[in-house]
Amino acid sequence: MTVLDVRGLSKGFIMHHLRTRMGAFEDISFQLNAGEFLLLKGKNGAGKSTLLRTLYRSYLSQGGEILFHSDHGVIDLAKAADVDVSFLRRTEIGFVTQFLTARPRVTAQDLVAEPLRLAGQPAEEALRTARHWLNAFGVKEELWAAYPTTFSGGEQQKVNLARALILPQRLLLLDEPTASLDVIARAALVERLAELKAQGTAMIGVFHHPGDVAALIDREIDLTPDTAPEEDRDDVAV
Amino acid sequence: MSLKSLTKDWEPMSYGFLDASAKCEIRRKTLKAIAVPGCQIPYASREVPMARGWGTGGLQISCTLINPRTTVKVIDQGADDSVNAASIRRFLSRVSGAPTTTDTLKADLIQSRHRIPEEKLREDQVLVLQVPNPEPLRPVQPNMSIARQMHADADYGRMWLQLYEQIVRSGRVMQGASYPSLVHGRFVMTPSPIPRWDVPKMHMAKHLTILSAGREKRLHAVPPYTRVEPLVFDDVPYQVEEHGQLTCTRSGAKGYFMNEIPQNDGTSTYEVSDSELGIKTIQKADGDTVELGDTWYQDGEMTQ
Amino acid sequence: MMDPPQIVKTRPLLLARGVSKSFGAVKALRDVSATVYPGEVLGIVGESGSGKSTFLRCLNLEETPDEGSYTLDLPDVQGNLFDLDRYARRMLCATRIGIVYQNPHLGLLMKHSSSGNVAERLLVAGERRFHVLREKARGALDASEFPLERMDAPPIELSGGMQQRVQLAKAIALEPALLLLDEPTTGLDVSVQALVLDTLKKLQQERKITMVIVSHDLGVIRTLSDRVMVMKSGQVVEEGLADQVFQDPQHAYTQQLVHAKL
Repeated sequence: MTVLDVRGLSKGFIMHHLRTRMGAFEDISFQLNAGEFLLLKGKNGAGKSTLLRTLYRSYLSQGGEILFHSDHGVIDLAKAADVDVSFLRRTEIGFVTQFLTARPRVTAQDLVAEPLRLAGQPAEEALRTARHWLNAFGVKEELWAAYPTTFSGGEQQKVNLARALILPQRLLLLDEPTASLDVIARAALVERLAELKAQGTAMIGVFHHPGDVAALIDREIDLTPDTAPEEDRDDVAV
Repeated sequence: MSLKSLTKDWEPMSYGFLDASAKCEIRRKTLKAIAVPGCQIPYASREVPMARGWGTGGLQISCTLINPRTTVKVIDQGADDSVNAASIRRFLSRVSGAPTTTDTLKADLIQSRHRIPEEKLREDQVLVLQVPNPEPLRPVQPNMSIARQMHADADYGRMWLQLYEQIVRSGRVMQGASYPSLVHGRFVMTPSPIPRWDVPKMHMAKHLTILSAGREKRLHAVPPYTRVEPLVFDDVPYQVEEHGQLTCTRSGAKGYFMNEIPQNDGTSTYEVSDSELGIKTIQKADGDTVELGDTWYQDGEMTQ
Repeated sequence: MMDPPQIVKTRPLLLARGVSKSFGAVKALRDVSATVYPGEVLGIVGESGSGKSTFLRCLNLEETPDEGSYTLDLPDVQGNLFDLDRYARRMLCATRIGIVYQNPHLGLLMKHSSSGNVAERLLVAGERRFHVLREKARGALDASEFPLERMDAPPIELSGGMQQRVQLAKAIALEPALLLLDEPTTGLDVSVQALVLDTLKKLQQERKITMVIVSHDLGVIRTLSDRVMVMKSGQVVEEGLADQVFQDPQHAYTQQLVHAKL
């Protein structure tokens, strides 16, 4: 069953202050089925993260279609209304990075449980599941009821993964989630991804060390290195 | 036929002191005020031989309403015999030939400053109250143009807020006299600086009340049988002055609004504020035949 | 350019179309349109004089534009709100729209008690029970994280951050359908600013209040908004999901804004 059908997708950045247009990738097409894991390969600057962000609509594409087969029918994410994209991000499309968007005075466990509660689970049950995943990713129990704003980078990352992966979604976009993760957490992550994959979640990932997830990879796309290298843009960090 | 037969003889002044056109205007404005209960109606406010702020508003209404068959009573803070009341009474009688009285029951027209008599007024009686400041919104909105707009919108949130603030700061509503009241469910008016004790007397009263401010050139009215509801929170009841249990040291009258008279030893004695009621009570005790009318308060409690 | 919504079937709460306003020769707003869905937070950024605050004042019905329409999808509210008379506007704003101004003097009675400032809104809406006023004022102040032991202190004795909290409590006291924020943290110390933003974020998440927030501070907009509208010289130059506008700005002006950010 197709989840994503990308047709002729192109992305470039127009930099008005330099009066230049810088291409990121041109005319990319691929299909992704439920339960499939797609690895994006390519040199630094080949546009791997750019492609993920374009699929997530953090970047606007310049051409082509991103046909997403949602529960509500097929929708072109490249042109979908903002509200629809917001809605799909809440319900069907996940984006996992190594960075946590911590919220002031929201405890780690509440943060992790939130996607479940938003999906209508009773608070108590959601909290139990949240604790399970915090434990699985190796977050110490003393920290569950603490505010992650003050956590170390590594702990924040674990909380972030627990939150991002707690609710099975139709499509998961993984932007180097394993970077700088310790062994326990990495194992938990791979295990969880495998579980989600088995449940039918389609995944597209960018990994520095694809070896971490080698067992999960079904297909690879090499973002051809013949395109001009992408400029390193500090201002667009997620 | 001569010109003389068609015109009136020259007189040194008009009947009732005010000239016909002034009285005409006041009558018109009074009718308007009665038609829109509680709404302040501007009027010209002529000069009268009295300084502004001494009851000129009330005096103009009295001069307009008066005729030789009108019996006039004038009181100042409940007393018929204060200088100001006596002067106004004599003036009214001189310019109109109207008989005067101090008996509330016998009066047709009662001009008053800061009190409503304790004896119930009847449908055929008119009460004229002197008003220093007719604008209840002035404490919360110094700009009178905006205040008028607020009246038009029935925007009385700030009025209520003032009461809220008083309760928060002092534990109770501090507004003593001029307690803002909602007339006929529409306009908030100031009932002139009558004590809280007197405000309930206006509610569904049989008589017509005209409130007139000469200096501010505005008048408003409470027609007979009109609702006058002091602004109060549902759970903080309206309270009148605690005079219900006090006894007048001169007349023995009990359960009416009193004047406090401080004594040298630091205590106070009380005298009934409505002086005529005190006199009648004394006369009755002496065995004279006097008619004491029904009073709004009985045994210190408001009836109705 | 973007398709109309296909999945989300809810009607937008706020629809403003073609709003234009001139002050003499100055065109403050040119054909500005905005759509806000229930529970959404729309951020409007732009430099001083870009017309963003004028637009917000139009949304609060303080200003009537020369052209344009404005509707709110509420049960008892119909038609173009710019056509309402003064009284209807006042009642609508008093009961359904909350606003927090940059300058607390515009939104608060500085010498009345803080709780009284909140209570005023309830009084305008017709609440006449003192204890209910107290409770609701206390609740709203608590929700905006105002220290309750100071609830009867007048705003003039409070710090800027506290004054903004009183404004916020006043704005949310009646559970408004729409909350407008005009530079709510501008002029506050950075640390205080962060605390006020926290509170706003918390309210937004707990109560799902629909908000329109205007600021020249990109950080504020970025922290709070789901969608962003960029204004320049009275026009909307760019509009989109917050992360998209900040990460992949399309218009030259937006790029300049984003690049200029610290």
